Amino acid sequence: MVCCVASRSRTESTASPPPRGDDAHGDDARGDDAHGRAREASRAVCEATALSRSYAGASRPAVDGVTLNVRPGEVFGVLGRNGAGKTTLVRMLVGLLRPDTGRVLLDGTDVTARSAHAAVHLAYLPQRESALADMSVRTALETTGRLRGLPRAAARAQADDLVAELALAAIADDRVGRLSGGQRRLVGVATALAGERPLLVLDEPTTGLDLDARRTVWDALDRRRSGGAAVLLVTHNVLEAETVLDRVLVLHAGRPAALGTPGRLKERFGGLVRLDLAWRDEPAIDPAGLGGTVLRRGRRWTVRLPVAEAQDVLAGILNGPAYAALDDFGLAPPSLEDVLLACDSEEG
Amino acid sequence: MAVARTGPGAPATIAAVHTAQLGRARAGGGAVVLVATVQSLAILVLLHGIGRTAGEGSRAAVVSGAVLSVVAFIAWNLLAQRLAAVRAGGGLDYFGTLPVRPAAVVLGFCSCYATFAVPGIVLTAAAGTALFSLPATHLWVLVPAALTSGLTYSGLGALSGLGPSRPETAAITGQLGLTAVIFFGLIPPDSLPDGLAPFRAAVPLAYDIDALASALTADPDWTGIALRLAGSAAFGACCLALAARAYRNALDS
Repeated sequence: MVCCVASRSRTESTASPPPRGDDAHGDDARGDDAHGRAREASRAVCEATALSRSYAGASRPAVDGVTLNVRPGEVFGVLGRNGAGKTTLVRMLVGLLRPDTGRVLLDGTDVTARSAHAAVHLAYLPQRESALADMSVRTALETTGRLRGLPRAAARAQADDLVAELALAAIADDRVGRLSGGQRRLVGVATALAGERPLLVLDEPTTGLDLDARRTVWDALDRRRSGGAAVLLVTHNVLEAETVLDRVLVLHAGRPAALGTPGRLKERFGGLVRLDLAWRDEPAIDPAGLGGTVLRRGRRWTVRLPVAEAQDVLAGILNGPAYAALDDFGLAPPSLEDVLLACDSEEG
Repeated sequence: MAVARTGPGAPATIAAVHTAQLGRARAGGGAVVLVATVQSLAILVLLHGIGRTAGEGSRAAVVSGAVLSVVAFIAWNLLAQRLAAVRAGGGLDYFGTLPVRPAAVVLGFCSCYATFAVPGIVLTAAAGTALFSLPATHLWVLVPAALTSGLTYSGLGALSGLGPSRPETAAITGQLGLTAVIFFGLIPPDSLPDGLAPFRAAVPLAYDIDALASALTADPDWTGIALRLAGSAAFGACCLALAARAYRNALDS
């Protein structure tokens, strides 16, 4: 079953920029002819080819042969477990880390060797941000605007606009270091928006935000997206990713495991649905008899099955002796989390 | 909204980083500035008790050392700790993804921390010349001496903060640097043990201190003062260049 491309070897993903898992062309129904590829590449805000990076003393490369491109107006996600290589990949894309091999083009400019040039093309929100802690929110925004090249008056005006847009007025004069984690994250997003870069690289931008703040952030990002900016999002939040991502790259152990739109990746489950079973007591059934590989987390079982088979299994449980031990159940179409789990299990 | 596709020039970067770091004073740095000043004043009072009858040269050396140890305390020791903390907290990523020159960012930090030393320098110099009965005619040499020592010590501070990968190492380096400045700065050269005198002459940590000390005597050695200040400025520039390189290396680690 499933979606994974890494088993098709690194050579394939490095030699041919979009790995076979990439349905970028298929989704657009424009085929994958050479002309289409060239046009696609020329439009990319960010194009990375065969990026690899190792750290001294590590048993395997942190990132190994990753190829991707991000188009204007797109929200592109990078998913993966802890240690999958997401942050290393992103740090190479934004010019903070030099790749061992491969190259990065931003707006068609090769920034691999001249990483300082990356900064005029993008804004980066890292997971941790301590440089602004001693400034007021307004000063942090204005300073960031100035350091992204805006004249003083324009930077000040933009800071005011961002304060209004992200509903920061109540804390605008407070020191960033004294804010709550969520408020600080919101300020971090605001600083990433200063200077209006065509590529916004955001590492967990909504972590710690409440629902309203999260909506405010996505509204602001949507406005940038409508204006042609691209968003490269690193996240663990697959539920949120499901609702905002146009395309997803799944990393496993530093290698590209899947690449495509969320819909296309889920399609690769071939009509499988997810049956979740939560047991109150030890059930009187053999998991091997359910017809698929059962993922067990304590008394929670998850199994992926064709629709009809899942219905039969569920009916058997509901009408049989195991029902007495059943606490809860759910039947759901596959999610990005399933994609992630499937890629992980395939990759071992 | 405003869009800029090129980075700011070096002066604008230095000014923006400088202004941004001034917030540090409001965030608790002010107390440390006070401590640095009080420490130097206390050293002056202590040494006044011990050496008030010493010759003019020794008294001038003590005052000069106390004044510029304020700069060393803040621009070397504190800046090293601050930059190490910024690095450990991921703060360098912020500057590393802005279209600014690393040297300008380092200079912005250095100029700000050197500025923090100004109140302490003025107070200690005024108190020192009065307490040790030194001529204040040539006290204006304090201005270039403070500038060059600010350059040197903050360059060393940036290097100490950005070079080591562990914040603890940066803190130790900053403390040891301050200790060295106090040792070489407050002990008059002719009172140092024999073996250390050549070392003191070779290491440019006390060039500014010697220049200011000479200016606080009735008969300053102007050629020596100019050479020492120029040597200190050159050494400081080298330290800043190395600190900028350390900054780039820190980003790629």
